[in-house]
Amino acid sequence: MGLGRMLRRGALTLGALAAFGFAFSALRATPALAQQGQPIRIGAVLSVTGPASFLGDPEDKTLRLYVNRINQAGGINGRPIQLIVYDDGGDANRARTFATRLVEDDRVVAMVGGTTTGTTMAMRPVFEDARIPFISLAGGIEIIDPVSPFTFKTPHTDRMACEKIFADIRARGLSRVALISGTDGFGQSMRAQCQRVAQAAGITIVADEQYGPRDSDMTPQLTRIRNTQGVEAVVNPGFGQGPAIVTRGYAQLGIRLPLYQSHGVASAQFIELATAAAAEGVRLPAAALLVAEQLPQNDPQRQVLIDYKTAFEREFNQPVSTFGGHAYDGLMILADAIRRANSTDGTRLRDAIRATRGFVGTGGVVNMSATDHMGLDLSAFRMVEIRGGRFVLIGN
Amino acid sequence: MRLSPRWQFPFRARWATLLILAAVIGTIPWFFPSGFYFRVAALVWVTALAAVGLQVLMGQAGQVSLGHAGFVGIGAYAMALGPKYLGLDVLLCLPLGAIVAAAVAFVVGRPILRLKGHYLAVATLGFGMLVTMVLVSEVGITGGPDGIRVPRAELFGWRIRGGETFYWIAGVALLVGVWIALNLQDSPSGRALAALHDSEVAARTVGIDVAAHKLRAFVIAAVYGAVAGGLLALMNGFVTPDAAGFLASIEYVTMVVIGGLASVPGAVVGAALLVLLPQTLTFLHEYEQAVLGVLIMLFMIFLRAGIVPGLAALLRRKAA
Repeated sequence: MGLGRMLRRGALTLGALAAFGFAFSALRATPALAQQGQPIRIGAVLSVTGPASFLGDPEDKTLRLYVNRINQAGGINGRPIQLIVYDDGGDANRARTFATRLVEDDRVVAMVGGTTTGTTMAMRPVFEDARIPFISLAGGIEIIDPVSPFTFKTPHTDRMACEKIFADIRARGLSRVALISGTDGFGQSMRAQCQRVAQAAGITIVADEQYGPRDSDMTPQLTRIRNTQGVEAVVNPGFGQGPAIVTRGYAQLGIRLPLYQSHGVASAQFIELATAAAAEGVRLPAAALLVAEQLPQNDPQRQVLIDYKTAFEREFNQPVSTFGGHAYDGLMILADAIRRANSTDGTRLRDAIRATRGFVGTGGVVNMSATDHMGLDLSAFRMVEIRGGRFVLIGN
Repeated sequence: MRLSPRWQFPFRARWATLLILAAVIGTIPWFFPSGFYFRVAALVWVTALAAVGLQVLMGQAGQVSLGHAGFVGIGAYAMALGPKYLGLDVLLCLPLGAIVAAAVAFVVGRPILRLKGHYLAVATLGFGMLVTMVLVSEVGITGGPDGIRVPRAELFGWRIRGGETFYWIAGVALLVGVWIALNLQDSPSGRALAALHDSEVAARTVGIDVAAHKLRAFVIAAVYGAVAGGLLALMNGFVTPDAAGFLASIEYVTMVVIGGLASVPGAVVGAALLVLLPQTLTFLHEYEQAVLGVLIMLFMIFLRAGIVPGLAALLRRKAA
């Protein structure tokens, strides 16, 4: 037998053995007993890789950082937290499988995760059936409206973003708005919410343009908006690079109307992409985290935000994002509920989460109830304006 | 060296394959420590069903498709849209989705299948992307990128739910699917497909209607995909456009190729591998994707004809 063939056969056997090893390593049963001193198992299915990784990655980092911190401080009621994170790569089907794994195999007492609305909606029935609390980190309003008994969420909804923008437009004495939206999930969802709340906010939508998430030029859509009679302000629901291209094109065409971006682009990266000159004067609703240092001393959120920001940036040496903040809020609300309930029973824990009042998180002050599983109001959003390449807090 | 040695299936081997598969499906639940394993195994059977369909097209007829997930998506969305807009029972939407997918395949297949090789690959790729694009942008109808709910099925007042139930449903569906695919391979139609796979000109000269046979294989693949998609939607109670996405299409092709293009059980093995590996590699965290890629490459380097034909050849060589 030639050496080459022997090597090949050896590698083959090794490969097969490795494959079986992997398969069997997954086949261990893990009994979880809820006893004093035993770890409390908390699950998280996040989109750490894939198209939504810019959301999932800071969520993952935040959860690991703060679980460590809680454990170093002695855990919750004397019990350490054991965090189990799975990466769904943004795929709803895979998320569903991991959710089943958390419930059936890892026997977690609660879940903080679900990076996108799609993965959250796919996982929700698993937790509802198992009667285990599920705190989602995704934006879609359908997650909590109508309320399902065991599902909560921490981020603001896009409906709130629309309402905040429209309130600001009305405060400027304007009312006729043009929409230019991305066809991605975020853009479409926010577009629908803006259309829904426009009338109640006293806004008339006079133009409704759309662009693909990978389009590199929005001049045709912007030109049509410019040529529409009576437009007084432009709103751009979307995230990723689309809004930056819209902002650049807007400046190039010399459109003078106020331009509003969404909370989806509340990052320094957006200004970089759009260039500071083009972004000058653009307004957007943002979580307070973006302007933590500018908040007045008596703002209840100020200290929480600065603490989170400092801790995250020191640990990972990269700027914080509001998305990681959503994970912080979810974990802290859960930890607080476990402490108060002094139990990991699903229904008791759910009742404790529902009873959350006056919790100060990065997203705002949270007041949950049986009919509100998010607990935020419009004050959670701050209106900011880009001036000189920086986000500046403008009067609330 | 031939990259896809045809693996002739005598009558007895066909039943042996079915028997082994049935035995595996019937016995592995004894070893499941929790309900999660039913879910994963059911996912393997459903994915394998879609892969077997693609094997008919790619392995037997030799026509590549990078848009197979498009048909899976049609089947899956039929389960959500049928009950919502037509008021149909969700179980009725399973055959309905298959019929729609078959009709779409029939219409699309006619012009597309005149293309060969890379051109066919690009055309099917386009078809898959088109399906995804419609699902993503028709927000008002399909729920857009965030997906749409699928109602739970009821049969004579009994709600079909739970990992174990779906395990058996998916297992039986796969058995039937494999049985049909194996029979097809060994039928006059199957031999016609094999002939046109080797040489369309030669097949035509012996009187085989090449275009009709290719189209038939395309439609069969679409029906397999749609039924698998429908079952997946029923299992998940929710569908998103990922189900029809480009990545999903690539995964199906990988399953068929890695398991053995020429082999029906190969498609099942390939599907099992690609569903199970991400679940077993979770302990690697961020290296998971890289290791998955390396493993797939190793399989392709050392078992060029695919896992099932490759191992079979290895065993035969050892026996000789």
